[in-house]
Amino acid sequence: MALTGIQIFKLLPKTNCGECKYPTCLAFAMALASSKAEIDACPYITDEGRLQLSEASAPPIRQVSIGSSDYEIKIGGETVLFRHEKTFLNQPGFAILISDTMDDAEIESRFEKVNFCQYDRIGTTLRPELVALKATGNDERFISLVKKAIEKPYGIVLICPIISLMKKAVEICKARKPLIYAATTENVQELGFLAKAFNCPLAVKGNGIEEVMHLTEQLTAMGVKDLVLDTSSRGVRESFQDQIIIRRAALVGKNKQLGFPTITFPCEMTDSLMKETLIASCFVAKYAGIIVLSDFKGESIFPLLLQRLNIYTDPQRPMTTEQGIYPINNPDSASPVLITCNFSLTYFIVSGEIENSRIPSWLCVMDTEGLSVLTAWAAGKFLGDSVGSFIKKCGIIEKIEHRKLIIPGYAASILGEVEEELPGWEIQVGPREAVHIPAYLKMWK
Amino acid sequence: MFEISKVKYTGKIKEVTLGSGEKAVIIGGETCYPFHLFEGEMPNTPKIAFEVWDFEPDDWQDWAIEPFRDVIGNPAAWARKCVEVFHAEIIALNLKGADPNGKDRVVEEVVSVVKNVIEAVDVPVIVWGTSNDEKDAVLLRRVAEVCEGKNVAIGPLSEKNYKHIGATAIAYNHPVLASSPIDVNLAKQLNILLGNLGVKDEKILIDPTTGGLGYGLEYSYSVIERDKMAGLTQEDIKLQYPIVCNLAQEIWKTKEAKLTQEDDPKLGDEKKRTILLESVSAMSMLIAGADVVIMRHPESIALVQEMIKELTSRGI
Repeated sequence: MALTGIQIFKLLPKTNCGECKYPTCLAFAMALASSKAEIDACPYITDEGRLQLSEASAPPIRQVSIGSSDYEIKIGGETVLFRHEKTFLNQPGFAILISDTMDDAEIESRFEKVNFCQYDRIGTTLRPELVALKATGNDERFISLVKKAIEKPYGIVLICPIISLMKKAVEICKARKPLIYAATTENVQELGFLAKAFNCPLAVKGNGIEEVMHLTEQLTAMGVKDLVLDTSSRGVRESFQDQIIIRRAALVGKNKQLGFPTITFPCEMTDSLMKETLIASCFVAKYAGIIVLSDFKGESIFPLLLQRLNIYTDPQRPMTTEQGIYPINNPDSASPVLITCNFSLTYFIVSGEIENSRIPSWLCVMDTEGLSVLTAWAAGKFLGDSVGSFIKKCGIIEKIEHRKLIIPGYAASILGEVEEELPGWEIQVGPREAVHIPAYLKMWK
Repeated sequence: MFEISKVKYTGKIKEVTLGSGEKAVIIGGETCYPFHLFEGEMPNTPKIAFEVWDFEPDDWQDWAIEPFRDVIGNPAAWARKCVEVFHAEIIALNLKGADPNGKDRVVEEVVSVVKNVIEAVDVPVIVWGTSNDEKDAVLLRRVAEVCEGKNVAIGPLSEKNYKHIGATAIAYNHPVLASSPIDVNLAKQLNILLGNLGVKDEKILIDPTTGGLGYGLEYSYSVIERDKMAGLTQEDIKLQYPIVCNLAQEIWKTKEAKLTQEDDPKLGDEKKRTILLESVSAMSMLIAGADVVIMRHPESIALVQEMIKELTSRGI
């Protein structure tokens, strides 16, 4: 539970030495309470005080890192049950299953798929980030899988029931910070030591929530902190409900034993990749930390990546696209010019429809502070003078020979103003809805 | 001993009956968040409605037309095929053809299509207008008249035209879809206005405005969650109505649903991809709290129905 400024103040030395850059201990305490400062800035706090503070400020769900450098992912660390209450922070990682029963070509193609399934989307790349390597009895092959995996940049989940083999595997890829899967009631001590020795995150697999709690309690006592939970349920309903029950226990019930991210296995819940994708979509919405899939195909992973992008978009921030000129379908100096606002959704839909039309076009995106055309117009941000001066300054004039500009149908009422601002231009009113853009552009003159 | 920390629900979503006779369908009635069956009930599982258009679509992907190729030029036969071959429980007749920004078909021509479809099937029908306030005010009133006795859900009703359509719907005893632009307060306000007009509680459905995957799905997702939260836990009786998502048209029109594998190999098989774009979106809406989702492809629908069944079934 978070402490108040006054509670924190009582733990500080109260000397007002100023070395923390705050004039008084009380000011520093207030800054700590609102997460504007770090306790490490105080050189004189007692160890006991520091411990109390760090315990009190520990997030209800631990944030766990897997992988290294560019492909390092963070999972957990969440603070809300519903995204609109604040935001979801750490997207679940998608892992592709690679097993020691697969032949070389299959294994190679699976590593390649993690690289292949990457998609550019305004300011970001959508991609899966993990491989889940599974040992089923062919030890030599499993080790060769691990060796292959460290030649690639992806995060690694090691699924192996034999402790000695797991140890070998972790030794090989320890620098990658692999997730060790999984500590059970039979091997909790050994795997706990292993995870601690190599400083790697450890998954916990219990038969139901209570057993999971028992295991995390033991491991926490051993000093293993980075844990990931699996309740063993593989039915759709049970598994879905477990995700909700765990998240709620950690956030509402302040249950420390369940304050960790989870790992889910749609790959073990059906034989159909289509259905598996839908099961995974439930876990994207409700709270999985890692989602292990039987395969990555463009048609299956792409919808999940989009869904993950949407669900994990910060609802507190307006979605905007950068102001500028966007060439679509290789336009030239005779191509039509359209102008719209910089609300991301508008941009996505308008640019998508222009692409659909296959007509080469220039799309000018004007900064409207993330407002849609109609809202921006109502707020006085999409008017004749702003549109006119933007068109003059943005550089589109150098790219075209004609002087024609298509304004959105919803902004039809600014037609006269734009004509005044841009003498010599023919201002044309486009459709109100983006869906009618292709038909409009095909008729455009 | 671990105890599940349960939500204390104080409200219940109202039950609304769609259609008439033996095949009538009851929606709503839940006393918990979607599929949270460890702490409440969903007496009527969420339903999927099959989308049918009032004219032969000219911009559909071939793989969307394929299941209906033999009937796609005839809305009544199309609806019948949905029921007889694909076991549709609800038909959603989308009156795209009447849209003034599109084909702008005249009202009576479209109304006769509605009549044919209503007579062709025995399952409940949702009639979805053009979202053009003026056109719908005329069109949907006529729809209400010709569908007398069929208990057809009619919408969308906006703040601008709810009076006209609402009054006619009351006269002919049809449920209405109250449509608001992704906003809890506006949704609530329109529901209050409809109540003041005299629309009974068991005749109101919420259309929260549906965004497609990658195109604003998250806005709809959160607004649906907030609607349900208000209705179920905050005693907001004006948000205790079932939610209907008109999803299909938002998914199938996108760029990512139209590109073929040849256009972009990374996107994989176009048919399977579009089916998954549609069904992953539908799952998101259902998990947020939708009671009815309007969908297009029989394979997406079958997948989602199987998921609904598993999410609501007892035992392993």
